[in-house]
Amino acid sequence: MRDLITEHRLNILLALILLGGPLIAHFADEPFLVTLATRATILALAGVGLNIALGLGGLVSFGHAAFFGLGGYAVGILASHHQNYEPLMTAPFLINGSNQMLVLWLVAIVVSGLAALFIGALSLRTSGVYFIMITLAFAQMIYYFAISWPAYGGEDGLSIYVRNTFPGINTLRPLDFFLLSYAVLMLVLIAQWRLTGARFGIALQAVRQNEGRVAALGLSPYRIKLAAFVISGMITGLAGALYADLNRFVSPTMMSWHLSGEIMVFIILGGVARLFGPVVGACLFVLFEHVFGSFTTHWQFFLGAALLAVVLFAKGGFIGLVAGRARHD
Amino acid sequence: MTEPVLKLSGLSKAFGALKVTDAVDLDLRPGEIHALIGPNGAGKSSLIKLVAGELAADAGAIHFDGREISDLDQISRARFGLTRTFQVSSLIPEFSARGNVMFAAQARRRSVFGFLRQVISDKDLVGDAMHALDRVGLADRAAVRVSELSHGEKRLLEIAMALAMQPRIFLMDEPMAGLGQEGSARLIGFLDKLRSEAPILLIEHDMEAVFQLADRISVLVSGRIIARGTADEIRNHPEVRTAYLGEDAA
Repeated sequence: MRDLITEHRLNILLALILLGGPLIAHFADEPFLVTLATRATILALAGVGLNIALGLGGLVSFGHAAFFGLGGYAVGILASHHQNYEPLMTAPFLINGSNQMLVLWLVAIVVSGLAALFIGALSLRTSGVYFIMITLAFAQMIYYFAISWPAYGGEDGLSIYVRNTFPGINTLRPLDFFLLSYAVLMLVLIAQWRLTGARFGIALQAVRQNEGRVAALGLSPYRIKLAAFVISGMITGLAGALYADLNRFVSPTMMSWHLSGEIMVFIILGGVARLFGPVVGACLFVLFEHVFGSFTTHWQFFLGAALLAVVLFAKGGFIGLVAGRARHD
Repeated sequence: MTEPVLKLSGLSKAFGALKVTDAVDLDLRPGEIHALIGPNGAGKSSLIKLVAGELAADAGAIHFDGREISDLDQISRARFGLTRTFQVSSLIPEFSARGNVMFAAQARRRSVFGFLRQVISDKDLVGDAMHALDRVGLADRAAVRVSELSHGEKRLLEIAMALAMQPRIFLMDEPMAGLGQEGSARLIGFLDKLRSEAPILLIEHDMEAVFQLADRISVLVSGRIIARGTADEIRNHPEVRTAYLGEDAA
């Protein structure tokens, strides 16, 4: 069967749709739809993060909500200190809170990257089902820690009263915040696209397909996987930072295993290892939630049916269905 | 006599009560093909795995270039220039033939952390890959995905990947397996010249090939070396004839 469209063209089309939809909504005076698209964009970014580990590297992490939540809490905690004019710590040196997104993002990326380094270093010694379980276990540990730590709201979560700021734009306006999130998503996608064809991406894909061969060629599969896991965690952490500002609220729910599962669902719906797979998946997810959720609380039934259909009949997800099998050199 | 590049002394490995490698002494000298033959289950592939570092030996020592490498893992040994080819082709199935060899060329450079430059426009890697593919006669199949290559082409691709590693020694586990008569003949001609680039420790079932190529032959039976010598010596060795070649051979 001839493919309907090349993947490259499909990706450009999808990027334009994701940009055009909210623009139309904005001029039609539907700010809620702009916010909905922002939610899809940020969730897509979380999926892009996981897709690097899961899609390119074959690392089925069931604990990515941990990085999403850590990124969110990094923003929430620093923003709350800024609001209350309380430094985060005074000794041995002074650390103040912040309301600058650029600073907050950097902290979120560093925190989630360090967490991914620690979790990855331990869990990548296992593989298969054990890897899935141990990543889940780490995420649950962090989840319960967040619940039981009263300083930052515990189970009730932590509010951010005013959305943090970004130079040159008014983040309180839905369209501005959407465009900012969209720009971040596109930059990360471009980076992933470059990475996939560069030496690191090639090595990572080789590890997924034939780990023993990579070792026999004198490269360490462990180091390659660990680096991928850290990059993956940092991107999902950045998504968590944006998500905190979107909702102006962080809570332990961001770290629950449901969210890890949902991020994985985005990838499977859209197409594992496909550049725009998580983007399509997250958009479908938000669309289902909005459309079916408006007349039944059991909207996830329809999501489950769609997921089942993809797994049974369209293994390449949406992208695979439309653009055919992935091309490699 | 020249110093051997690779020297195994008293190498032993057992799985429970089964001794797959039993006090094996063996060396590989510059410019030679040293063939390892033996009946099925004699422990030939296990020996290659011990040398490559895929298995850890229970006892004995491995010296490479005068340096003991017994405690090094597979990755470090590969970096020293021990390159093995696999009995069952072990390739990256979604990559093209060229992609596989380019990855080997990348591995030789020990380069993993490149994030921007696209390998496909990397003249060094493409050049190395095309050169290696050309040598084994696969240049016109460079763009074909591995999963669409024939069995024989996959065997040759294994060799091309090994060439791109520019190793100090080749460990080849049945390179002729399933190549067919014409393919084997061509590969024999190729290996014959290859030995001057780097010596080859060759496991091979094809006796024609072994007798034509090998400077020395070691015969492995139940993990032990029972005989060693030139092709003629091995052909006429009484123990070898009963244990391996069968009474009616030669």
